[in-house]
Amino acid sequence: MSHVIVAEGLGKTYQSGGRPLSVLQDVDLTVTAREIVAILGPSGSGKTTLLGLLAGLDTPSQGRVILDGQDLAGLNEDDRASFRARNVGFVFQSFHLLPSLTALENVQVPLELLGEGAAGARRQRAQELLDRVGLGDRIGHYPAQLSGGEQQRVALARAFSTRPRILFADEPTGNLDQSTGARVIDLLEELNAESRTTLIMVTHDMELAQRTPRVIRLSRGRLVGDEVGVPA
Amino acid sequence: MTRFPLQLARWEGRQSLRRVGVYMLSISLGVAALVAVRSFREDVARSVREEAQVLLGADLRLSSRASLTEPVQEAVDSLRGEGRPVARTTTAGSMVLAPSSGVTRLLQVRAVEGDWPFYGEVVTRPEGLWGGEGGQGVLADPAVLTQLSVEIGDTLVVGELRVPLVGSVEDLPTSLGFQTAIGPRIYLGPDLLEEAGIIGFGSLVRYETYVAIPDAPSRDAAVATLESLTEGDGVSVETADEQAEDLTDAVGFLGRYLGLVGLGALLLGGVGVGSAIHVFVKERLTEVAVLRCLGARQASVFTAYLLQAAGLGLMGAVLGGIAGVLIQQALPLALAGVLPVEVDPELSLPTLAWGIGTGLWVSLVFALLPLLTIRDAPPLRALRQALEVEGRRTDPLRWAAIALGAASVVILCLVEAPSWREGLGFAIALAVTTLILWAAGWSLIRVTRSLLPRRGPYTVRQGLNNLFRPRNQTVAVTLALGFGAFVVATVLQVRDNLARDLAVEQLEGQPNLLLFDIQDDQRAGVLGLLPEDARSAAEVTPLVPARIQGIRGRRRSEFQELPEEERPSGWAVRRDYRHTYRGELTDAEVLVQGSWWSDAPEVEEGVARVSLEVDLATELNVGLGDRITWDVSGVEVESEVVSLRTVDWSRFQTNFFVVFEPGSLARAPATWVVLARVDGEDRRAGLLRQLVETFPNVSALDITRIQEVVQAILEQVTRAIAVLAGFAAVAGVLVLAGALAASRHQRAREGALLRTLGARRGQVLTVLLTEYLALAGLAALTGIGAALVASWILITQGFGLEYEVNPGSVAAIAGGMALLTVVSGLLGSRELLRRPPLPVLRGQ
Repeated sequence: MSHVIVAEGLGKTYQSGGRPLSVLQDVDLTVTAREIVAILGPSGSGKTTLLGLLAGLDTPSQGRVILDGQDLAGLNEDDRASFRARNVGFVFQSFHLLPSLTALENVQVPLELLGEGAAGARRQRAQELLDRVGLGDRIGHYPAQLSGGEQQRVALARAFSTRPRILFADEPTGNLDQSTGARVIDLLEELNAESRTTLIMVTHDMELAQRTPRVIRLSRGRLVGDEVGVPA
Repeated sequence: MTRFPLQLARWEGRQSLRRVGVYMLSISLGVAALVAVRSFREDVARSVREEAQVLLGADLRLSSRASLTEPVQEAVDSLRGEGRPVARTTTAGSMVLAPSSGVTRLLQVRAVEGDWPFYGEVVTRPEGLWGGEGGQGVLADPAVLTQLSVEIGDTLVVGELRVPLVGSVEDLPTSLGFQTAIGPRIYLGPDLLEEAGIIGFGSLVRYETYVAIPDAPSRDAAVATLESLTEGDGVSVETADEQAEDLTDAVGFLGRYLGLVGLGALLLGGVGVGSAIHVFVKERLTEVAVLRCLGARQASVFTAYLLQAAGLGLMGAVLGGIAGVLIQQALPLALAGVLPVEVDPELSLPTLAWGIGTGLWVSLVFALLPLLTIRDAPPLRALRQALEVEGRRTDPLRWAAIALGAASVVILCLVEAPSWREGLGFAIALAVTTLILWAAGWSLIRVTRSLLPRRGPYTVRQGLNNLFRPRNQTVAVTLALGFGAFVVATVLQVRDNLARDLAVEQLEGQPNLLLFDIQDDQRAGVLGLLPEDARSAAEVTPLVPARIQGIRGRRRSEFQELPEEERPSGWAVRRDYRHTYRGELTDAEVLVQGSWWSDAPEVEEGVARVSLEVDLATELNVGLGDRITWDVSGVEVESEVVSLRTVDWSRFQTNFFVVFEPGSLARAPATWVVLARVDGEDRRAGLLRQLVETFPNVSALDITRIQEVVQAILEQVTRAIAVLAGFAAVAGVLVLAGALAASRHQRAREGALLRTLGARRGQVLTVLLTEYLALAGLAALTGIGAALVASWILITQGFGLEYEVNPGSVAAIAGGMALLTVVSGLLGSRELLRRPPLPVLRGQ
């Protein structure tokens, strides 16, 4: 199977108080298409940094990332953004819906960024996805009028709207209670299966990690485990 | 580029309107002022142009202090011979008494000979009296009826003439509103003027000859002929178009200054835009990062927010444009008294478009700099919200935005100002004022911070601390509010100082009565009428009319042959002089060169020693020891300059360009002027009545009346300026409102947190009150402080008057500002007090 994500010797160093501070070192990683991977580790282990580098949100200090055959080092900031628009979806811990846009408009944003198809078709796609996540009757609501779980469901609809090849999720249940979080994960898995998306999910929730077929463990900025198994 | 920016701008626009919509009003205000003033200026220019012939009542006018010379009269007669309608008016000042009311007033008495005005219609009450000049009676401006407390049918005494007032002139198209206010007129036939006998030696008379020549080539030919014949004779030849141009220039000049004040308000709105967008962008950085995560390009996001700023700016500008058109309709009514014609407001689409375009441009230019921050929002911020946005050290676009802003301000000033010099001056003044206000505001904030009380109630300390919260707009708000206070305080301080200077009646011991045209043989009699106390203090001055005949032995006609640097100024040579002779310098005079009579060098027998005002000496190109030959009632008098003086012309007393040595002009025919102080309005009225009855040719001015008229005009003009200055102040408050609206969420979170921690509403309110009062205090100190300096410079250097602070208006401005700031601040924060803390903390 082809590799959609390849990370080679990945490292990130920041300057802190005038001294270099290494937050990620020598990470080698490959992810094949339609794989579901959880990145697990305690706070400060470098999970989010790794996610940011894999998604092209930041540039590595060492090593390189090849995403769907494209070496991100060869792209500038805007080209990486365009690449994301075509190939990548995101789900955030804090949902990050645009507060001034309705649920429907939020889901439409990635479609608008791609600018493909007719306006009616984009709207219909967004509507279908909101129906799919059970919010078909809330399309005109603003984020502030939705509960946390509902907001994250809108965020899921947004993430899948462009049928991305890769989906990055950063602690998707981190701001939700246990039962709501579980419902969101069920939905995420369903959508992922339907869309045949490669899913990379950062979490420190052991229970959630155990549901994923592959778990990558980070500690103090280093990859300390890569377990492939059958989800519980 | 995709259509994404437009789509996002459209979606987000609704919320942005709610968040920073108030800033759009600060743009509206400036645009309203600009559109109103510019449209009004165009209305006046158009109305004057359309009414040019009617305003003069003719196509051509010759006006002079003396009867026309023979050649000029012949030229006029030949025009008459060609069938051109010709008319003549003679206007002289005279005391008029109304026996029925016992009131006397100095009025303009105008005799009309011929069918003038040739254009326009004169409306009289009863109708149809004009032309017959009222037959054996007189007509009067309506103001005369009020001033003399008379009605149509009453008798008036004009000089030696007792004549009935047969009607009033309700509308004389050639009469300019403000002229009638200063010198109301009565109209009579030439025979009656003769009979009144008010024109005597030394009387101030104006002769005007009007000709109707509608076709331009003939008119231009006539003007050329007449100008060549009247060269140097003190006769002015003016066409209807020239007069219209003069009037348009005068109103246009005032209009352009008002326009600059409007521009100030608009630029202040720009500051509001900048400050609101700054906060708006800071709060949106995470959203921007999310958009970048989702694949939006830098330029797309920047464009989306720029489009939002443009949309809001456009809405603000359009609202302002509409308000401007409404104000334009009201301005002719508000300024009716000082306008030369009836102004018919007309909607000018180009002006409206220009105003809206300017408003949009200013919003964009001022929004650009804070919007550029958007480009620096890293997508990683969506994952790590604590990630700070690092500005670029050297960003050419940022410098370009600053340069564009500065260039826009200069260009707008150049476009609005009467001349490029004034435009540039205004731009520099604006920059300097802004810089001073900014520096003052910044220093005050620093000082306040260093002096923050460590003790005292927590709520007050928290309120003061709020001035320094992250993303605070304290300097911008202080600058904006301070600018408003600065403009209003400057206008009011200047007005108060000018008004104080005009208040002659209040100055103890200053003369308040001017009696003139007193003939030699009437001097003792007139003085005899004055009350004992006034007589002894009265200032009695001879006036000897004279004209220049030659300088340094060269005849006046030969001046043209002199090289330009030696040639005396035309006006100084042509003017009619009124000299005096006396032994002492007055309080208003300071000797700057030479010596006064007793120490001055003796001169040749038959030559009179004179002292010249220093500026006149420069204009005439003469100095100590130079001789000037004067024509005094047909007799040549040779004089030698022995001293030069400065004269404070603003002092209310008889001031002269040229003073002769006592005795030197004693035998020349003279009229006399008496300046006296007579207290009590009734005593003055009684004296004037007696004066008219005894010496009908003598004129008298009650200075308090002039003061009233001048003050009324000053009031009207300052009201117009103050309204626009008020615009600047309100714009400042809108900047505050905009800054508050933009930081509403931050405040709401702070308030909610305080309340969660146990603060009562009253305590939160005290925190807010302290913050707003401190802001108002900083702004008032900055703005009023700068205004006191600016008005001091204007009054002492510009007007040459003594400066006095009016503490009342200073206190009123400071109090008004505090009130406006607190009220608008609390209105903007009411949500903070009303909403329960939990939803605020949860960001709902």
